[in-house]
Amino acid sequence: MGNGVYIVAAIAAGVLVYAVYIYNTLVRRKASVENGWSQIDVQLKRRYDLIPNLVETVKGYAAHEREVFERIASLRSAALSATSPEQAAPLQNQLTGALRSLFAVSENYPELKAKQNFLALQEELASTENKIAFARQYYNDAVKAFNIAIDVFPNNLISRRLGYEPRAMWAADDASELQSVQVTWR
Amino acid sequence: MVSFEGLIAHNKRLSILLFFLLLLLLGGLGASVSYWWGGEWYTGVIVATAVAVIYFLFSWFAGASMILSMSGAREIRHEDAPQLWNVVEELSIAGGLPMPKVYLIEDSAMNAFATGRDPEHASVAITRGLMEKLNREELQAVMAHEMSHVRNFDIRFAMLMAVMVGSIVMICDMVFRSVFFGRRRSSRSSDGGKGQAVMAVVALVLAILAPLLATIIQLAVSRQREYLADASAVELTRNPAGLVSALRKLSGDPNELQRASRGTQHLYIVNPLRKMKQGRNSLFSTHPSLESRIERIEGLSLARA
Repeated sequence: MGNGVYIVAAIAAGVLVYAVYIYNTLVRRKASVENGWSQIDVQLKRRYDLIPNLVETVKGYAAHEREVFERIASLRSAALSATSPEQAAPLQNQLTGALRSLFAVSENYPELKAKQNFLALQEELASTENKIAFARQYYNDAVKAFNIAIDVFPNNLISRRLGYEPRAMWAADDASELQSVQVTWR
Repeated sequence: MVSFEGLIAHNKRLSILLFFLLLLLLGGLGASVSYWWGGEWYTGVIVATAVAVIYFLFSWFAGASMILSMSGAREIRHEDAPQLWNVVEELSIAGGLPMPKVYLIEDSAMNAFATGRDPEHASVAITRGLMEKLNREELQAVMAHEMSHVRNFDIRFAMLMAVMVGSIVMICDMVFRSVFFGRRRSSRSSDGGKGQAVMAVVALVLAILAPLLATIIQLAVSRQREYLADASAVELTRNPAGLVSALRKLSGDPNELQRASRGTQHLYIVNPLRKMKQGRNSLFSTHPSLESRIERIEGLSLARA
């Protein structure tokens, strides 16, 4: 009789500890998804700030490349007014493409390329593009881990109570960015 | 195929095992030395542990800044070297790590290292020579290697290993001094037993072998971690070609770093002391050969997620 009580209590304590462990894992995964998302947001804002400067500098030397400037301006304002990740992602990807073509265009203007100001802007924008890509990479990995964590048994019993829903990944337009690394260890 | 999380976990287990191995060696050394001096065995264990603890506390709080000032590194901000700063910032985003302190070493030799106790207290340093000879992609690869040392907690492990090996060397030094200056009190010499003679020999042999053994263990781990840092650098940048071409450039560098010593050599991306460079992988090198590192990076396969 006495033993039975102890066994039941021990099992209950074990279950409770395990539940706390799962709860903490889920909270941590969710925090890293949110952290990843805010990092993307920070970098996107930085890009919005850099674009007008860059366009102004290039315009001074290559005024008749109007088409590229207009495309960038309209994509920028469309992306700025997007409200959800699903809506913003394709616009952001197009913006990346448009900026690439702006840099390709500036290759034709040696005077522009020699300008310190332009080179500094180019570095900042190239870095921001990288940061967006890396932030997306981190976010997508975090989302993948989160979605698995809330879906497996017995985690799903807890995640459902918390109202955790699977998150959407930030899809890339560029197939090469979907690659991830795998290792063979010797 | 193994996941990176799995590899890092494996790394941690191996580290703990090796740490205890060295702890055992340190304790055994202390015990037999104090026996040799005619004291109780546990006195030696206590002294050895105390030495290690003091050494550890010093490294924990002052080690990184000492290493940085010893190598002549200067902390920079974004405006001093925008590209370098940006590249490190990109990688801290890719790895979900806090931004480390960035240091530049005014030296034409090509090298880089990371130090600190955890990602929140980490520093990465690079020589001007390396920074200027690499293109953006290669710079990114090299800094990704250093950031991987931070992310994989290699910086903390390297520090712990240095503490253990340093303590062992210090104690052995004490033994040799006492042998030469005849500090051996033989409180037990009246028994004159064979047992004590045997213990004396054991203590002496241990004092000779322990530093050697400890160093071999430290270096073996150091080499494994270079491979892992290469692999996780590629995981961060998804660009193995950048790292391979950076390593090729590094292998062509004829200069020796001015302010590197045997004490700091294991920290660098390639061994800074060219004179000590040996053919392929040997028991006493801190780094695997560049050829074998390139071979392994090229063996990493890029697969669709």
